[in-house]
Amino acid sequence: MDECILEMRHISKNFGGVQALKDVQFSLKRGEIHCLVGENGSGKSTLIKIISGVISPEPGAHIAIQGHHVAHLTPGESIARGIQVIYQDLSLFPNLTVAENIGGTRHLREGLLVNWRKVRSVATEAMTKIGVRLDPDRLVRDLSIADRQIVAICRALAFDAKLVIMDEPTASLTRTEVNALLEVVQDLQRKEITTLFVSHRLDEVIEIAQRVTILRDGEKVGVFPVDELDNQKLALLMTGKKISYARIAGPSDTGDVLLEVKGLSKESNYRDISFTLHRGEVLGIIGLLGSGRTELALSLFGMNPPDWGQVLLEGKPLSLRSNRDAIVSGIAYVPEDRIGQGLVMPQPVTDNVVVTVMKRLCGRLGLLDLQKRRDTATEWVQGLGIKIPSYEAPVQTLSGGNQQRVVLAKWMATEPRVLILDSPTVGIDVAAKSGIYDLIRKLASSGIGIILISDEVPEVLHNSHRVLIMRKGRIVETLDASQTTEKELSRKIHVA
Amino acid sequence: MWRRLRTHPQRNEIFLSFIIAALSVYLGLATREFFSLENLLDVLLSYSFLGIMSAGMLVVLISGGIDISFTAIATVAQYTMSLIIINYGGNLLLAFLIAGAVGIFLGSVNGFLIHYLKVPAIIITIATLNVFYGLLIAVTKGRWIYAFPTWFYRVPSLFSFTTADGTEYAVTLPIVLLVAVFVSTAFLLRRTAVGRMLYALGGNQEAAVRMGYNILRLRLFVYCFMGLLAGVASVVQAEIVQTVAPNSIVGRELEVLAAVVLGGASITGGTGTLPGTVLGVSLVAMMHNGLTLMGVSSYWHQVFVGAVIVISVSVTAWSQRAGRGRHRVEIEV
Repeated sequence: MDECILEMRHISKNFGGVQALKDVQFSLKRGEIHCLVGENGSGKSTLIKIISGVISPEPGAHIAIQGHHVAHLTPGESIARGIQVIYQDLSLFPNLTVAENIGGTRHLREGLLVNWRKVRSVATEAMTKIGVRLDPDRLVRDLSIADRQIVAICRALAFDAKLVIMDEPTASLTRTEVNALLEVVQDLQRKEITTLFVSHRLDEVIEIAQRVTILRDGEKVGVFPVDELDNQKLALLMTGKKISYARIAGPSDTGDVLLEVKGLSKESNYRDISFTLHRGEVLGIIGLLGSGRTELALSLFGMNPPDWGQVLLEGKPLSLRSNRDAIVSGIAYVPEDRIGQGLVMPQPVTDNVVVTVMKRLCGRLGLLDLQKRRDTATEWVQGLGIKIPSYEAPVQTLSGGNQQRVVLAKWMATEPRVLILDSPTVGIDVAAKSGIYDLIRKLASSGIGIILISDEVPEVLHNSHRVLIMRKGRIVETLDASQTTEKELSRKIHVA
Repeated sequence: MWRRLRTHPQRNEIFLSFIIAALSVYLGLATREFFSLENLLDVLLSYSFLGIMSAGMLVVLISGGIDISFTAIATVAQYTMSLIIINYGGNLLLAFLIAGAVGIFLGSVNGFLIHYLKVPAIIITIATLNVFYGLLIAVTKGRWIYAFPTWFYRVPSLFSFTTADGTEYAVTLPIVLLVAVFVSTAFLLRRTAVGRMLYALGGNQEAAVRMGYNILRLRLFVYCFMGLLAGVASVVQAEIVQTVAPNSIVGRELEVLAAVVLGGASITGGTGTLPGTVLGVSLVAMMHNGLTLMGVSSYWHQVFVGAVIVISVSVTAWSQRAGRGRHRVEIEV
């Protein structure tokens, strides 16, 4: 068990003057489950790319795989030596079947013609190895994210992997799916296959890992046995800063009722939803993927019209047939997929901020007033403390945390009374997260009612006054956040 | 039944077959000539040219690319071939070899440009359409060619027969070539490693790179294949019309693209099958033929064909979306 499958010493990498890795040493034992954690920009991806042969380290590096020194690692060499990387996007072919994705994609080494029987048998064999059964003839695009991940793992096995590297594997899985994944990984461990999880947070995979390597600013902070770490300590080691998880101040349901939802239902989405939101309150809605939380949020924003029920804003019934209705009434929605739905990546910061209020910026003749455009952008960029190189810089040049703030800014520009945030900190690092939390509190204290949807227990608990738990399309419980612990909330969500 | 059809992998082919069957019944009842052997062979012959190029277009679309320039490639190939066989003599095989070689060469120009310039294929091929075609017109001044050698006028037939009333029917070379191209393209896509890599490339290019596929080689293959078929088709077209007019082919690229898309190929890559393309081309051919037989002015043909494409493509897109079901939550009762 103590034999090293991978041994790396003196690993450095420069990218045009930026030192991505500084003399890092890293090793993996055969059959272990190891976590590599660090914030965005800490050098994790660079290290993974070196292991997979995509980029080469600076001279002086030493890499040995299964005891053999490798002078020059190429992608082909890395795969041939049993290293398989499962990227966050899984790199599957959505238009091909399960069988072909698992057993068919290596056929470029196997002659000119495709032997469909062999493709199938390789796929079945890989699935049997880890005890899963998926219909080999289904198209991968019709599978859930969790099943796609299984397909990616099976493909790695079909390549005869000795080391499987998974980049943020749990980011889009529900707890049940994560459990299934962890079982599969433990099964790999029994077969002496090493797994390396790469993550920017201490997530569920830690439960089955043996060791954790932490990177910060391109340097190795250290290797720790899992039981020596907890969330607080890890955050400290990753950022070098103490992050406080202070709870939001006191009960705030004393303000006037802002939004009232009565008996809202929609076929195949959610049923009989009733709650109130007060001025200045942060109301958390927590539930697993598929609990109906996002569908409910989209309904409140007019993009998923409900079948029955009523929504009152300041006592007046709202018509929610389109998102235009919602915006006019003062409801704003920040989607989970900020890149897909929230931002126009190649466009300047300014235009992204003012895109929601174009009409208001138009002067006579319906032409855009450039001064007003700039003023509005300035107001919100400064108000939300967004760090930008310039107002005309494309949004894609900003960091994840600042991009998320630009999305917020664009909705704040509509001067909403109700702000719906769907998983506002997905994919951004610890320090940027706490910045977003400060902002949520600041906005709430200015009198806006905020609905915070997330599946991260600490996030919801520490930033909400009250928490609604959703399960299978219904609200099953309402909790006072100040009276609930993380463990309690977590248990209530995952109860079957 | 509808639900099962919706999730069936070949739903598009099944759907097109229904439309074609319904249209056949209608045209069979409305006109006497539609179901005659003569008419069938006529349609096959006149669509052999577009049919051959549609197979190439299918391969390009599956790989995630697009080629607009193939009509210009066909024109250049045809003109070059004609000049050579008229001035130096030769035979039909040589004609195909010359046109095929010119097609492959011009296709490789597309492939290299698209790969190295990293500009969308549609832009590159619109540009090369203009370059190839413009050069040809500039050099030849747009002169037509009529004076083919006599052997070129004899279109070889595989077999022919005479009916009781004395009419002679023949299955000619263009029809045989069309079938051969369809069969070999189907084999390429379904049974060869290259074919499957093209599907993979069109489905997820980033993943194909990570799999270690040689993207340049695949791209070159795709655009050269398109070029080759454009060259072959151009000889077929010259055989049928017996003249070479530099402006007779360019302008038909969208007709081919539409037939292939109608046959279920996605413009975003990764999907499409040869049987689908055959059905797509057949449907377009049948509509033109049926409208002609019914005496509808040819200006209306385009309107009908366009309308059928819009309806058919949107029904397919709609049924795919419905089949996938965006938001579904299992509600606890």
